[in-house]
Amino acid sequence: MKSRVLLALLLAATLAPACRRGGGDEILVGEYGSLTGTTATFGQSTNNAIQMAYEQINAAGGVLGKKVRVIVEDDQSKPEEAATAVTKLINQNHVVAMLGEVSSSRSLAAAPICQANGVPMISPSSTNPRVTQVGDYIFRVCFIDPFQAEVGARIAWEILHLKKVAILSDVRNDYSVGLQTFFRQTFKGFGGEIVAEQSYSEGDSDFRAQLTQIKSANPEGIYVPGYYTEVGTIARQARELGITVPLIGGDGWDSPRLWEIGGEALNGCHFSNHYSVDDPAPAVQKFVADYKAKYNQVPDALAALGYDAARILADAMTRAGSTDGEKVRDALAATKDFPGVTGTITINKDRNAVKPAVVLKIENGKFVYVTTVKPTGT
Amino acid sequence: MTTFLQQLVNGLSLGSIYALIALGYTMVYGVLRLINFAHGDVYMVGAYAGYYLSRKLKGDEPSLVGALVVMLGAMLVCAVLGVIIERFAYRPVRRAARLTLLITAIGVSLFIENGAQLVFGPDPKFFPSLAPRADFIVGGVRLTSEQLTVIAVSFLLMVLLRFFILKTRTGKAMRAVSFNLDAAKLMGISTDRIIAITFGLGSALAAAAGVLIGMQIPKIDPLMGIIYGLKAFVAAVLGGIGNVPGAVLGGLLIGTSEVMVVGYLSSTYRDAIAFGILILVLLLRPQGILGRTHKEKV
Amino acid sequence: MRALVRSVVLVAVLVLLNALLVGKLVPGVSISPYFLQILNLAGINIILAVSLNLINGFTGQFSIGHAGFMAIGAYVSAFLSITFGESIRSAFSFAPATVQDSVLLLVVLAAGAIAAAIAGFLVGVPSLRLRGDYLAIVTLGFGEIIRVFILNIDAVGGARGLGGMPRLANFFWIYLFAAATVAMVTRIVNSSFGRTLIAIREDEIAAEAMGVNTTRHKVLSFVVSSAMAGVAGGLFAHYLMYLHTNSFTFIKSFEIIIMIVIGGLGSITGSVLGAVLYIVLTEGLREFAQYRMVLFSLLLVVIMIVRPGGILGHRELWTFFRRRRAAEAPAPPAVPG
Repeated sequence: MKSRVLLALLLAATLAPACRRGGGDEILVGEYGSLTGTTATFGQSTNNAIQMAYEQINAAGGVLGKKVRVIVEDDQSKPEEAATAVTKLINQNHVVAMLGEVSSSRSLAAAPICQANGVPMISPSSTNPRVTQVGDYIFRVCFIDPFQAEVGARIAWEILHLKKVAILSDVRNDYSVGLQTFFRQTFKGFGGEIVAEQSYSEGDSDFRAQLTQIKSANPEGIYVPGYYTEVGTIARQARELGITVPLIGGDGWDSPRLWEIGGEALNGCHFSNHYSVDDPAPAVQKFVADYKAKYNQVPDALAALGYDAARILADAMTRAGSTDGEKVRDALAATKDFPGVTGTITINKDRNAVKPAVVLKIENGKFVYVTTVKPTGT
Repeated sequence: MTTFLQQLVNGLSLGSIYALIALGYTMVYGVLRLINFAHGDVYMVGAYAGYYLSRKLKGDEPSLVGALVVMLGAMLVCAVLGVIIERFAYRPVRRAARLTLLITAIGVSLFIENGAQLVFGPDPKFFPSLAPRADFIVGGVRLTSEQLTVIAVSFLLMVLLRFFILKTRTGKAMRAVSFNLDAAKLMGISTDRIIAITFGLGSALAAAAGVLIGMQIPKIDPLMGIIYGLKAFVAAVLGGIGNVPGAVLGGLLIGTSEVMVVGYLSSTYRDAIAFGILILVLLLRPQGILGRTHKEKV
Repeated sequence: MRALVRSVVLVAVLVLLNALLVGKLVPGVSISPYFLQILNLAGINIILAVSLNLINGFTGQFSIGHAGFMAIGAYVSAFLSITFGESIRSAFSFAPATVQDSVLLLVVLAAGAIAAAIAGFLVGVPSLRLRGDYLAIVTLGFGEIIRVFILNIDAVGGARGLGGMPRLANFFWIYLFAAATVAMVTRIVNSSFGRTLIAIREDEIAAEAMGVNTTRHKVLSFVVSSAMAGVAGGLFAHYLMYLHTNSFTFIKSFEIIIMIVIGGLGSITGSVLGAVLYIVLTEGLREFAQYRMVLFSLLLVVIMIVRPGGILGHRELWTFFRRRRAAEAPAPPAVPG
């Protein structure tokens, strides 16, 4: 018994702590994202943009006279890894703020830890309302799903004039579950009918069984609020089964790989998103140009939101005059009319951003801008 | 009714994949009494081999010949892999306790999976289109050319295998070895060689399944072998482990029931179905549908 | 009497260690929270490894479903502490907060252990009739079924995971239970019940022929083992404060198997060693996380080929120190391979 305890002590002693603390002349910001795994492009895009944002900010003098350094941890697209990553960033690296995540499930796993430690967290792209409900240190710079689902319902009802729609959602994913719940409510509210509902799990690769059932209900369209990896395959298999009706989705579709996976099956499909590459506003075009120059890729909405989140954090620290968690939190909560690439951002009392959404149509590998939908009440 | 038939078709094409993989399991178990946990991962390597081969051959239009070349190439790669695994991981422990063999198999499986993540990257990759596409519609039921290819190729391979086992000398030797290893040795059969051939054959079939799946569902990733391997194993047990036609029957049954459950009940229990069937089989009729019981003598 | 004294000493040592590590004993001296986390996870691993060894190593029944029982213990205890935590606490409102926390922890852990034991019974009775490979696959299957089942219960979070448990487990509790597990398994193994288990491992048919009710013994050891896994799960839940079914896949079961194989299948101290080594290597290699599993799996294969007994085989660590006294450790029979 005692030898075991001794052994444990010995190990603890020999493992010399290798903590990395921020030096006096650096501000350490933590970032956690899915750099690998099923939603790898989400994390990579966001990371690219965040790095670019801070490079530009550091080149212009930094924040409060200091350079910002981002420490990134990969959560492999898994919620439990997100929790571990955030714990490490807070406890070992002593970051003063946290950026992440794209996926609502992973944000939900990490948020309680940030909240408990008083570390302000900004999610660039998580749209499930529950994320910011975790506590007053949790913010987001994007719209939330009740609104996004409404946009989806409008796409179906007003743009495509569909009266009967089927839903195929990812049951393992908060984002998808939330979206389809709100979609169903809103669409029925317009007078539409949901003729079939099927589900799949993130990671599945065969959807024929569900699609065959959906086909037999004769929908005029299918709402697929999932992530790009499955959506592409779903589109392809749907066409193979003879389903010709359009698919509608949300920002989870936004990925440079969507077309690679789904190909021509996606022509004519629509989805709601946070920004459009074709937006002529000078700020957007400069962002697109800078990103292209640095990464040789067109930035997707995740990148745009990552960019905005990084810059809003810097702005809040400047306004607060400090990197202290409480002060930064208050400054974030007071953010008003911040000029972001994804629109003018004001953080409301629920710590969400109130912004319009764009509707994009997929045509031959390109996401074509269709229209903008403003949240009701603005 | 058409929906049901369509689901049946879906189930058959999925089931053919399981059947191909199950054949490898059943053959290896037959000769070595070993559950080769790594078999599902060989299937995954086959899919990746097919992926890289098809990218090499790319540029021209998808063609039937190209598809054939890719498949044969992948089968060759995995046959070699299977022989290597047997030689270096299983042969040294062949005479050891069953538990040791099992743990070794688990180790090999984990090694291949994690090695693949390292070498190929953990992100899913997407198979390019291999064969020209065409759809067949029979009374409202759609069969894609990929599905048809899967079913046809699987069937062909199974028939070839059966012929090989029943009519050739090596096949006979394999059956002798699976019946009684020591007696076969005494009769002058080079058991090491036969076992190597068995592994090679089983792995080649798994590779074919990998390429076929890549054609049908374009997504492949390093961990895809786990769940497919397990379900194929269940199929082998269902049909009677060690029994070749049993593996085919088991595969088709598992594939069809999975599709039916997902279509008519709920997709969340997709994976649990196979395990449920496994447990029922092992409790009620452990020798499987077509298997025979062995009495254990002391 | 000696046992009582030993227990009191142990508790005292643990209390002191706990205070020391978190910096409450000697001002300014504390261990980084990150290393404390490693220590605590190691402790939980010890419970898992030793309990699995009871069924795999000593009874010779190869089970790969241990993560399932851990999951049950984790989720049941977490659910209870979230839902009934306040009511249980208020029942003891006259006592200081630490006592309230301790009572809550013990209650939910007990519930988790009982739930896991019941599950162990339900899984064990049908499965333990099977042999070797089949048993392994069936337990694997049951482990996955349990996981999928939990995944579909919305009340415990489903796919988003379950959070919000209070942090009731700390170094003291984790190592107290680890010590208790080791003590319990040692006593079982050294009793006549334990000897019967070893007989079953060596030759089940011979044991049966000697009149042993093998099924009853196997099921009993399976149930005990599952209950301990349940306790480990409960501690895990109340330490990490967040649960997701992805932490309880068969990969987790494989990890525990790696631990006991490295340490030695029939050795309790071997399992402890294996558990600690595993977490140390895992964390130490965190920079090379991608190579980690590759190395572990290679290690597993190499060990099976070269030294299937693992580091300690069937021996215990103290046999090296007590050669003269010829302590009653089970005589090493034919090590697998």
